Amino acid sequence: MAAIERRIRYESELDPSFAREIIAFSGSPSLMGCIQCGTCSSACPLSLYMDYTPRRIIAMVREGFKQEVLRSRTIWLCASCYACTVECPKQIRITDVMYALKRYAIREGVHPPRFPIPVLARLFYNTVRRRGRLTESWTVLRLYLQTMPLRIPGMSSLGWKLLRRGRLPLRPEGIRDRQGLQRVLRVVERQEVTA
Amino acid sequence: MSYLYFPGCSLKGTGRAYEESLLAVFRALGIPLTELADWNCCGATAYMSIDEHQAFALAARNLALAESQGSPADGAVQLIAPCSACYLVLLKAQQCLAADIALCQEITIALKEGGHCYRGRVRIRHPLDVLVHDVGLSEIARHVRQPLRGLKIACYYGCQIVRPFALFDRPHDPSTMDDLVRILGAEPVSWPLKTHCCGGSLTGTIPEVGWRLNYLLLREAQRRGAHLIVTVCPLCQFNLEAYQDQIRQRYPDLAPMPVLYFTQLIGMAMGLPPRELGLQRLLIPVDGLMAALSKEGAHARA
Repeated sequence: MAAIERRIRYESELDPSFAREIIAFSGSPSLMGCIQCGTCSSACPLSLYMDYTPRRIIAMVREGFKQEVLRSRTIWLCASCYACTVECPKQIRITDVMYALKRYAIREGVHPPRFPIPVLARLFYNTVRRRGRLTESWTVLRLYLQTMPLRIPGMSSLGWKLLRRGRLPLRPEGIRDRQGLQRVLRVVERQEVTA
Repeated sequence: MSYLYFPGCSLKGTGRAYEESLLAVFRALGIPLTELADWNCCGATAYMSIDEHQAFALAARNLALAESQGSPADGAVQLIAPCSACYLVLLKAQQCLAADIALCQEITIALKEGGHCYRGRVRIRHPLDVLVHDVGLSEIARHVRQPLRGLKIACYYGCQIVRPFALFDRPHDPSTMDDLVRILGAEPVSWPLKTHCCGGSLTGTIPEVGWRLNYLLLREAQRRGAHLIVTVCPLCQFNLEAYQDQIRQRYPDLAPMPVLYFTQLIGMAMGLPPRELGLQRLLIPVDGLMAALSKEGAHARA
């Protein structure tokens, strides 16, 4: 029999500073003015796949349900289409709130393991930092190897078609002034640590 | 007016035909595009998910390069970003730097370390905006050699060129591409899903979810009688075109639907050679459709 868990949180288990942190992280103070109308959830093309709809995520951030929010799939399912941000009657930048939550979850390392979306973000970040540009072919191959190796045979015919049409060049792209770029990014990183 | 051009990573890979057709069309219109030298990746949605300030620095390096390489017109260098993700990220970084003095200082100090300087004198443009508002529909009409008569088109704007920064078209019901398509002799179909999301990179990471979004777009375009879909973004084009086999396995009511870049369509109407427009790179070819249409047209005229 599955373990029976308490489904209701005690107030003492919530994190009252979470909302403040997310406001600072996302630059959207209007978060506190949410009227829970649900326009964001109805505008969102992905909400039917989410464990919590965007409206609920905003409510949970405000109340301090830190662990539930950071472990949710919702924040990773946001495709950054900005439909919610454009529709919100209280001008809450919901897409930026989702970005802030993604960064927080990655920083705390609480996202589901081998979940492809944060893995892709990490691959992308490392490649661009090192080379200044992304090479789609290698990034996708590495993503599949790390997260969905069993799907590679099913995608090989598409890969072959793209290769034949010159749409999957294998030569790694990169900028000339990689050192200059890395210096710039390192300075930003140092300033963030001291801030 | 002279324009600098920021291709972005996809236009050197899966979206090569977008670069080829864009350059061919601008060349034929007599407007030279110069590629921004040593541009770096815009960071897209992924970099922003890891580190926002570094993502802004990536974008700002490109803006600084544009300032140093371009010649300003009306006080700003015109920088064309054809990919919707690049367009949005560059705009977002520019607006955040203009609004937040502390952030702007931080990025300025970092850029200096790489030998760059950004003063906020770049105007980021999408090629659809440039073609409709700078070049003008009447000038484009003058270059049409083979009007695309009888062709019904679903114009797909996707998310990020009109949301959240609606700088050149309406966010809910954009129409610039529809107007452009009409000038080319084709007929835009009424298609309310024109700004619905294709899933972006989600279609690669959680395929079943992305495929359903694309299925809805394709099915509605088909129901509205479109012969093909025209897009402005390499990721939208890829998602809508490349997974049609997989989508059809789950939803068999879908017929193959060609998905072209809007610049390929303009080039076709201008009578440019198909190879210059990268039409041979399409996974769902368009030549059979064009041949059928021209035969129909010949019948109608006879």
